Amino acid sequence: MRNWVCCLSLCIILFLCACHNSPSSSFGHQKKSLTLAGSTSIMPFAEKLAEHFMLDHPHFIINVQGGGSTAGIQAVMNHTVQIGMSSRPLKEDEKLSSVIICYDGISIVVNPKNPINSLTIAQIRDIFGGRIKNWKELGWIDRSIDAVTREEGSGTRGSFEELVMHGKEIDDGIMVQDSNGSVKEVVATDPYAIGYISMGIVDKRVKALVIDGIVPSVETIKTGEYKIVRPFLYVLNGEPDNDVSTFILFVLSKEGQNLLKKEGLIGAYD
Amino acid sequence: MINTASSKEKIIKWVLVSFALSSLLFLFLIFLFIFVEGVPLFHKIGIKNIIFGFKWAPTKGFFGIFPMIVSSFLVTFGALVVGAPLGLSCAIYLSEYSGKRMKMFLKPALELLAGIPSVVYGFLGVIYIVPIVREYLGGPGFSLLSASIVLGIMILPTIISISFDALMSVPKTYREGSYAIGATKWQTIFRIVIPSASSGILASFILGMGRAIGETMAVIMIAGNALKIPTSILDPLRTLTGNIALELAYATGDHRLGLFSTGVVLLIIIMTLNYIANFVIKRKVIK
Repeated sequence: MRNWVCCLSLCIILFLCACHNSPSSSFGHQKKSLTLAGSTSIMPFAEKLAEHFMLDHPHFIINVQGGGSTAGIQAVMNHTVQIGMSSRPLKEDEKLSSVIICYDGISIVVNPKNPINSLTIAQIRDIFGGRIKNWKELGWIDRSIDAVTREEGSGTRGSFEELVMHGKEIDDGIMVQDSNGSVKEVVATDPYAIGYISMGIVDKRVKALVIDGIVPSVETIKTGEYKIVRPFLYVLNGEPDNDVSTFILFVLSKEGQNLLKKEGLIGAYD
Repeated sequence: MINTASSKEKIIKWVLVSFALSSLLFLFLIFLFIFVEGVPLFHKIGIKNIIFGFKWAPTKGFFGIFPMIVSSFLVTFGALVVGAPLGLSCAIYLSEYSGKRMKMFLKPALELLAGIPSVVYGFLGVIYIVPIVREYLGGPGFSLLSASIVLGIMILPTIISISFDALMSVPKTYREGSYAIGATKWQTIFRIVIPSASSGILASFILGMGRAIGETMAVIMIAGNALKIPTSILDPLRTLTGNIALELAYATGDHRLGLFSTGVVLLIIIMTLNYIANFVIKRKVIK
């Protein structure tokens, strides 16, 4: 019996060790590790930044995880990660500090087969509010609109509700997908779909609409003409330590900012 | 010598008992965890407002999951409509018509069907079924119909294997008696074998329902996840499981608790289904 108990406790200890395996603690090397978690919109760019940062600073290991803006903010609060990534502004009850690393536009996208090239903000609000349900009302064929939104709690949805819906609710009949990628996939395959995704991931498979006569692009965002823009934030709990500030300074440096700009984002200083 | 041997036996027995009980412990812990997290919100918002509420907007304080409960049952029913006739016919063929060689080929194939991960079913649904439905029937394609078809295929293995066992357990004498009074093979199957195996077949449908209502990944990918109660089979819909999986990543505070409440409701539905299935099977044994 005692053997059995020993064996079981050994198993549990091993299991716990395996769970608590962070690169810096398991190997005795002087590698410093940083973990980022949060918005899936920021994640691909944060990974790029981390790669370049690790090339210059080989003694750093940076882990980038997804999970969503809210999960990232939560993780910073619990001190599970050092840096959270959020694609929506912090709420009042989230007492954390944040750094704007760049800005990102939200593009309203349709299938390339769709002949409509431009809509007004009011029309988009009506589509997602459930008041315009047929493409005929917008001057195309008699076919229902397959609008796609993001799930409740998503940073992109939060920004869309604020910037486009202006407090009007998104209709319950609208389809919901749980990532930028899935929304893009639906719009790319369904000729009658409309959705909204981060401007950084728009490619040839979907068509970004001209909104109120303004083409969504880095230039129009910089001049302030294109209004559907949100900040990408790094969220910190308390004062950053040396390692964290080294990384953030890199992101805000010319090199880091250029990396982000190359990806189609708008720099923090523009 | 004998003494040590018997004490060894005892140790082994207790080790096995503790393993057996540990599965019970896990079940208990899962229940405890879900109820502890999920029940407080029922208290705060009110059972009626959650179960019969029509509006789900957890960040604004609405936690109604009634449309999702309805949708879950609709998808499950749809899956049964697709899966039950197919599954039952397959089980009848396997038990009554097929030769030994065919059986040796079909049974493992069906087990393979059960082993395919649900994300693969979902992927196939998105790539093939959704565009076909959109193209030929209209609507966004992400719909009750597409989800029912995919789930109907997914529950086939459950339905087939359990109804097959039920059909096989019908004594041979029943069939012989029927033939002896001049019934044809089909008459025998339809009038004698299926009624005798009916409780097992019913149980297979109920267990299939349990599998369909609990399915998550494939449903998220295919159902479209809209919050409204669908008005036609071409409308998108969101199930209870889909709601939890879709929003858990971003949920905090009451929103997170709301998802646990969804889990409580789901758990109760599945428990009830399993209980009914067990009851149906037991009734037959007692007879």
